[in-house]
Amino acid sequence: MATQLSNKENFLKGIIRENPVFVILLELCPTLGVTSSAINGMGMGMATLFVLVMSNAVISLVKNLIPDKVRIPAFIVIIASFVTVVQLLMAAYTPALNEQLGIFIPLIVVNCIVLGRAEAFASRNTLWASTLDGLGMGVGFTFALTLLGIIRELLGSLSIFGFKLIDADGMLVFVLAPGAFITLGFIIAVMAWMKRKKPIKH
Amino acid sequence: MATIKSTFLNLVITLAVITLVGGLALGYVFQWTKEPIAKAQMEKQLRAIEAVVQGYDNNPVTDKFKVATPDGSDSLEFFPAMAAGELIGMAIKTKSSKGYSGDIWLMVGFTMEGEIQRAVVIEHKETPGLGSKMSDAKFLDQFLNKNPGSVNLKVKKDGGSIDAITGATISSRAFSEAVQRAYETFQSTNHGNAAKQ
Repeated sequence: MATQLSNKENFLKGIIRENPVFVILLELCPTLGVTSSAINGMGMGMATLFVLVMSNAVISLVKNLIPDKVRIPAFIVIIASFVTVVQLLMAAYTPALNEQLGIFIPLIVVNCIVLGRAEAFASRNTLWASTLDGLGMGVGFTFALTLLGIIRELLGSLSIFGFKLIDADGMLVFVLAPGAFITLGFIIAVMAWMKRKKPIKH
Repeated sequence: MATIKSTFLNLVITLAVITLVGGLALGYVFQWTKEPIAKAQMEKQLRAIEAVVQGYDNNPVTDKFKVATPDGSDSLEFFPAMAAGELIGMAIKTKSSKGYSGDIWLMVGFTMEGEIQRAVVIEHKETPGLGSKMSDAKFLDQFLNKNPGSVNLKVKKDGGSIDAITGATISSRAFSEAVQRAYETFQSTNHGNAAKQ
């Protein structure tokens, strides 16, 4: 490793500076797909958070036991196992949310952020650093999806987390796919603007 | 990084061990969540049944039976509502494949005279904000206490009496079709009596 980050940085970098959605622009498929309401975004974020932390932890433990040639298949099997665990647990204890998220839960397996962190971070770092990295990235992802969900639900259905604020129809476009792109575009623009106001730190 | 060499044997052993451990772990979680999942599904069906038929004292889910539709293309699940051993109504799980996206699943409750007590949407993938409005009372209430035998439950565009949801005629049409299919199947069993015996 060229630079060794502190524990605090390992955790914090995923939330804003390297936020998987707003900065690295990964995982846009579930991001745009499920955030039609705040609760959906949060549920998706938490499911991904669990998979990220668990797969990062396990992969950092077994990294020295896996020959290089089968690294990716081995990682995918580990990630897929945790995704299936999440899916079974959600079907058992949060059936309504599971139905809402539908195909996006099994698709966590192919989300680039999970394999990306496994390959780029967990396979080269200690258990503790990898767990923190997974936690930070997961929290950042959950934060991004919840924020998108809140904005879209507020404008599209005039409610927050299912509570109706005004009894009327919102702007339909924000519930549909174009609303997801528009909202994401504005958030990224705001984040870029705020970054330019601050001196760039490395 | 990896301290183990990529020989053929090592590759095979590594993958075999990983898949084996993964498989065992999943088997364990599957066993553990099997009952809660079955329970959650049962509760979901019971909630839908409760919404469409009233006054029963049996468990319609354990008493359910399947009936083939009159055209023989499919079969629907019938959930009999009984009070003191007497059949008082029927909740029928029905679907339409003519929705805007994916199948629409409904639960329709009939009285023994063939009148609709209530219809609710169990599952759909229609456009949020348009087709999804079929779960709203404004649309659903049009089906209350109607007998599909005497009232034409098609949407007005098709010559029926149902006001379609604005911007979602396809979803409304699919909903009507599913209700009609449940009614016809119900009729073909002589209001469920034939199938009971």
